Amino acid sequence: MFTKLLNWVDDRFPFTDTWERHLSKYPAPIGQNFWYLAGVLMVVVLVIQLISGIWLLMSYEATVEEAFASIQYIMRDVDYGWIIRYMHTTGSSMFFLLIYLHMFRGLLYGSYQKPRELLWILGWFTYIILVAEGFTGYVLPWGQMSFWAAQVIMSLFGSIPFIGEELLTWIRGDYMISGITLGRLFAFHVVLLPLALIAVVFVHIIALHEVGSNNPEGIDVKKHVDEDGVPLDTVPFFPYDVMKDIFAIGVFLIIFCFIIFFFPDGGGYLIEYVNYEEANNLITPEHIVPAWYYTPYYAMLRAITFPIGPLTAKFLGFVIMTAGMVIIAFVPWLDRSPVKSIRYKGMYSKLALCGLVVSFFVLGYLGMIRPNPLRTALAQVFTALYFAYFLLMPFYTKYEKCKTVPDRIKLQ
Amino acid sequence: MKSFFFVISLFSLTIFSAEGKPCGDYLSSDGLHRGICEEADTDYLDKASLQKGAKMFMNYCYGCHSLKYARFNRVAKDLGIPEDLFQKHLLFGDQKMGDLMTISMDQSEAKDWFGVAPPDLTLEVSLRGADWLYTYLISFYEDESRPLGVNNKVLENVGMPHVLSNLQGLQKSICKQVSQSASNGGLKQDPLSGEIITKEQCGFLVVEEEGEMNPKEFKASMKNLTNFLSYMSDPIEEERKYIGKFVVLYLIIFSILSYLLYREFKKDVH
Repeated sequence: MFTKLLNWVDDRFPFTDTWERHLSKYPAPIGQNFWYLAGVLMVVVLVIQLISGIWLLMSYEATVEEAFASIQYIMRDVDYGWIIRYMHTTGSSMFFLLIYLHMFRGLLYGSYQKPRELLWILGWFTYIILVAEGFTGYVLPWGQMSFWAAQVIMSLFGSIPFIGEELLTWIRGDYMISGITLGRLFAFHVVLLPLALIAVVFVHIIALHEVGSNNPEGIDVKKHVDEDGVPLDTVPFFPYDVMKDIFAIGVFLIIFCFIIFFFPDGGGYLIEYVNYEEANNLITPEHIVPAWYYTPYYAMLRAITFPIGPLTAKFLGFVIMTAGMVIIAFVPWLDRSPVKSIRYKGMYSKLALCGLVVSFFVLGYLGMIRPNPLRTALAQVFTALYFAYFLLMPFYTKYEKCKTVPDRIKLQ
Repeated sequence: MKSFFFVISLFSLTIFSAEGKPCGDYLSSDGLHRGICEEADTDYLDKASLQKGAKMFMNYCYGCHSLKYARFNRVAKDLGIPEDLFQKHLLFGDQKMGDLMTISMDQSEAKDWFGVAPPDLTLEVSLRGADWLYTYLISFYEDESRPLGVNNKVLENVGMPHVLSNLQGLQKSICKQVSQSASNGGLKQDPLSGEIITKEQCGFLVVEEEGEMNPKEFKASMKNLTNFLSYMSDPIEEERKYIGKFVVLYLIIFSILSYLLYREFKKDVH
């Protein structure tokens, strides 16, 4: 009966073929480690965000008068509304944590190198959409930090020479952040950006399954195939990778639920304390900070304190901050190393990657605290170090001595 | 080498220096710390304390401060107060048990009276912290330069009058000779005579004329009030942590089983 039904479907739609190609028989390289779990966990978080988002949407009101109160309504009057909201707030931070781990994995094992350039670019688009999604979502609770973070970030567009002011008014839809702005950010957050995110993630996975997954050794597993054309150093996704992923999802959910049920505020990092006060356009909070996942780039924005000619410091900071995100997309063409994985790259690459990680953390910390002259100087140094990783990559990857990559993956 | 460490420590001081004092100009009773909040010791399981705090709030605060995101019946249920008793003792005017805890004071008029409209306090503890609120409540003192004759150590020049002065009495801010802490953790002494070196320190709060409560009772009742407002900020805390234990326990068992399964399959891969 079931086979008959399946045959009926398969005659009209490539169901079995798709299922086997993308799931059950997808050849996953052996030897993939911890760093390869972020991808599947992000899919889990995406689903959590979509589902919790739909339920939040049932009670949230995107008006200046009601937005803040409707969040409290969800937290207090909607049955288990608090779980749904905490899932969403924790989910957003987890999404960023995982995408940073995922991107780091790409840099670590050269997962962007030929033939995975497009895969990397698609992933980069996911990150950029996520940045926009995070920002628009951050404004919706209409707390003090929502309002003032929106004020600070949107005002960056106003710093663009000549067209800035006009552009800013066009983006805000008003002369200040208002209900009009809230309405459009809401529409982007719940319709446009999630649709774009799902579409890009889908294409990202299709692209991955076309070129195949990389592995910590950076070995091209397609060079050695069996008589059916299946790479030798791979295992079918089901059951081998699925079992690993289920275990990983279990451990991830322990952490996720521990936060939701015991530390939903995350010490002020997941939900800022200042955001417990309703937005007030007459009172500026003492210290405006974005969510933790933007702070490295926020530090870059603040690091530029000097104008150049007619260009203001604010505009230059905006340019540097944007460049900091955009430059990541060019990595496949900046890396000229003959090997993929850091395991076989030379000392310069290792040092450079350490420099990137250190600068990312230092900038992240500096972005959270109040600036003073020394901190600004430090932010400038580490912004330079961050960019050095990318801009010097064509040189240090070309001139360093690499180890020879083995032909096959050997499990320890 | 020493100078290197000196420079490094100077650097780190500038980089990691504290982000301002949380409790303004509040001086600890031993005179050693300024701006550090007292501990409120909140306990969401202490129903008696929560009930006393609710009573205190409804009698002394609710005239000006709303709890507009909370409902009376929810508070009654969570605090274990029977609805008829709640209605009789804690509900005023024609409010109903299912209503939000709003107030009838006009916001713009309140602004004229106090300089700033009294804020809603539903989320005050989430916003500022329980320790801050408790310290704020115990640090009103007499200050003739202010329009209402009182000031506050934690929030200087606050517009709020000392509503609880009939309970606490009026505190005065005075100066005292106090000992200083030495770098070895003890008290600073004169190297020749061995006498303890003292220094004048201002900002001690003392009650000159007690109100209906003695200082100890007043502090205890302020802890109850803080505890109630702490509950108010996060009313689900008790249920959340209760459910959380089972959820996490379930996931731990799930993860162990899925690990065992994964290990079995892993044996196939060479």
